[in-house]
Formats: sequence, structure tokens, C-alpha cells
Amino acid sequence: MIIAERKPMEEIKQLIAPYKRVLVAGCETCVAVCWAGGEKEVGILASQFRLARRAEGSEISVLEATVERQCEREMVAEIKDKVAEADAVISLACGSGVQTMAEMFEDKPVFPGVNTTFIGMPEREGLWVEMCGACGDCFLDRTGGVCPVVRCAKGLLNGPCGGTRKGGKCEIDPDKDCAWVLIYRRLEKQGRLDLMRNYYAPKNYRAVKRPGRVRAAKA
Amino acid sequence: MAKPFRETLKTKKFVVTAEVGPVKGSNISKAIEHIELLKDKVDGLNVTDNQSSVMRYPSLGICLLIKEHGGEPIFQVTCRDRNRLAIQADLLFAYSRGINNILCLTGDSIDVGDHKEAKQVFDLDSVQLIHLVHTMNSGKDMAGNELDGGIDFCIGTTATPSADPLEPQLIKVEKKLKAGVNFIQTQAVYELDELKRFTEFVRGRDEKVKILGGIVPVIGAKMAAYMNENVPGIFIPQHLIDELAQAPKGTGVAKGIEIAARMIRQMKEEKICDGVHIMFIGREEKVPDILGAAGLL
Repeated sequence: MIIAERKPMEEIKQLIAPYKRVLVAGCETCVAVCWAGGEKEVGILASQFRLARRAEGSEISVLEATVERQCEREMVAEIKDKVAEADAVISLACGSGVQTMAEMFEDKPVFPGVNTTFIGMPEREGLWVEMCGACGDCFLDRTGGVCPVVRCAKGLLNGPCGGTRKGGKCEIDPDKDCAWVLIYRRLEKQGRLDLMRNYYAPKNYRAVKRPGRVRAAKA
Repeated sequence: MAKPFRETLKTKKFVVTAEVGPVKGSNISKAIEHIELLKDKVDGLNVTDNQSSVMRYPSLGICLLIKEHGGEPIFQVTCRDRNRLAIQADLLFAYSRGINNILCLTGDSIDVGDHKEAKQVFDLDSVQLIHLVHTMNSGKDMAGNELDGGIDFCIGTTATPSADPLEPQLIKVEKKLKAGVNFIQTQAVYELDELKRFTEFVRGRDEKVKILGGIVPVIGAKMAAYMNENVPGIFIPQHLIDELAQAPKGTGVAKGIEIAARMIRQMKEEKICDGVHIMFIGREEKVPDILGAAGLL
């Protein structure tokens, strides 16, 4: 899923400073699961806005709405009346959701309330880790299901760099595993280390021509 | 004129290379001083490429200076700052100006340097870079286009004999050997048994490739602890840290030189490797002292 983190309160407050009626719009899919932008987080941010403005002695009317998926026009259309009431929208969806809203309500300022960080999974409660870089040219069949493109800090395709820390940790962060040590261990366990001995030519970094477009395959 | 490094590698000589760190700024007088001091005492002078991800005068620029001053430059190229177009262009330029040796490296992460918000490239990795040089040596670019005037580089690379775990590192070394290299300059080694095992590993796969053991002198116990913590790929054992800690105050540099020279002598006498690569970062003027103490002058 897509992982995001809420922007710092000070930054969001600056974004909405000129407005008196603000809609906080959440998304119940990815960003709800990573505690950044679901219905619950919408409620928290709305309360923070009200408290902050009260402390400053200025008025604000905060509306709240959450849709199932903010990256789908049909679902976003369900909250159009609330958008119409507001001067501005703070979207707690990923960048795709923010842009869907901004495109549907072109006369309305739509601001991001989160920073979209990566495609990943929960490692344990409250901790999400990056797994996929959406490169458009999947390499996982050759690496025991561990992606070196994003899980190696340098995206190396032919083995670890010379900076691996003792015990197989990453050069840049002792809390992160060296992806190539993970790949080595996985392939060794499966008796497929020959895959790691193969030479892999430079990757096609233009597999997805940005901005990407994917058409459904014909049946 | 200096002897081409490729020719030196073909002899039985114990090969000695040292490093010239590019300056931070446009004042190149210090670099020229170091080049003049070292060029006739070593077989090749490596020039680092934005070492430790710290922005500096370019490797290519200092390589040209070495050439102009009659030395033999070894052009270090990392994959961190340039994509495949930029690297190929730099190789053409280097070769056209008489720079014939290249050291292919991955490069440190942007995170360890002084421009921590920069976009890191890594379009290629070091194994792919070695293949790229061979492709260009054959007269074509990476896309298969004919070059009007090719290149012919003597190719080197690096390895970390003290990596833990070692096996993934050795698989990569094997790929580099298969791709074809003339020499390996190792990351700093402090345990000679590890270097010995590494040499045996390489010898078993390629008898011709020359191995130059990496020497980074350590001049104090505190510096050793700092390097262990902060310099990627460096592992200084406790017994050396203890030896440094026992050195009387003010004798750290002398002690560091003594230890480095002792290691070099042992490498040469016991034929642990074919030469040494001395990286005395920021103290290039002390390299002749190491060479003298190691009996290499």
C-alpha cells in the first residue's frame, strides 16, 4: 500500500491561515491503514485546527469528510457538497488523492496535509517499511523476492557495496538491513545462489515513461 | 614521463600507489604540491571522486594536473553523481587527454557527505561500470553506436576483504573478475589474514589481476573509534586501537606511520598481495615517511 506521514502542524497551519471555512478530507484506504489520513486522523486534525484558532482568537469553521478512495472520481464526487461549502481543502490522501480532488474542484485550493513517502508494508504495529519503487520493470524473480532497487540504499543490481556494516547492516543506517545480505540469505536458503552470481546489465530506468499510463490488457 | 601503470602491473615489482585528495575550492596549489612530492615515489596516483560524497574539485581535473606534471594518474569514477551519458562522456575526455587508468567504484551514499539533500544517481553499479569500460574499449558506446576514436583504459576496482558477512561481497568480486579488471585496490585492511584469504580467493579465479592492499594509517585511538563508526567499510581491530592508545601523547602520527609501514613490510615479505595503495587522507605530505619506513624509497 501507499504510505504517508502527516505534515508538521505548523506547516499545515500556514497553508490554511487565510481561510475561514476549511474542509479536511480523508481517505479510508492506504493512508487510513498507516495512521496518516483516515477518518480518525481527519477528526484529530479538525480538532487541532479548532483549538489552534481558538487560542489565537480567530474564527474557523472546520468541515470533515472521508471517502473510501480519494483517487477515484466517483468516490470523491460523494463529498462535492461539502467541498462547495469550504474556502479551501486540506486533503489527507496520498498525492494521487490530492491531485484527483484538485482536478475535480478546479476553482478551489486543495492542499496536501500529508507527505506521501513510499509503497510499503507494516513491519510491526506503527512501523512501515518501503518495499517497491514502482520502477515498471520488476526484478524480484532474480533476487529471492527482495527488491534491491529500493531496499538497497543505492539501488545496486549486482551485489552489495563495500560499505556494508558488520552483521549485514546498511552503510547509511545501522537499523536497516543490507538488501544484498537479505538477498544472499534468501537465495542460499533456497539453493539458488547462482542467480546472485549472474551479471545483470544496467536497468531500463525508462520502462515507465513518466508520467506513467497503463491501459488494461485486452482479454 | 611516468611509466604507464599498465606496464608496471606486468612487472614483478611491488606496486605502490597513493591518493591525492582534490581540494575544496579552486585553489589547486596544495594539490600541485602533493603531486610534485609523490609522483616520482609511486607507480600511480589515485584521484578521488567527490570522496565521502563531499563536493570537491573534480577527479578529472586533478588527473589532468598529474599528467601535466609528469605523473601517472588513476581516475576514480563513482556511480553516485553521474548517469551513463555523463560517465561515458568523461571517459572519452579523460582518454583523449592521456589519462589511461580508471578505478571503478560504487561510491559512498549521499547521506554521508556534505550535500545530504542531493539526488543520488546510481544509474549504473560498479560491475556495470567495468562492463561499460570494456564496451567502450572495443570502440562502441553503451547503446552500441560506433565511436570515432575509442578508448583503452587499464581497469581497476575495489573490494572490502573485511566485510561481514564476506560471502555476498565475494560474489560481487567474482562478477568484477569475470567482467575483467587489471587491478584491485582494496578498502583499508588492518587484519592481514583477511587480506591473505582475499588474495587466495582472487588468485583461484584470476591469476593475472594485481591486488594492492589498502592502507589508511590511523593516528589515534579516538580516530580509530570514529572511523569504525562513521567510515563505510572500515573495521579497525581492538588490538590496533590498544596499541594506538598506549602511544605517548603527541606521537600519534608517528605511531600511525610505524603501524602502516609494519603492515606494508609484512604484505611484501610474505607476498600477501602484489602492492599497496596508501590513502593518508589530508596528510599526503606524510606518505613519503611511510614509504621510507616501509623500505619502499
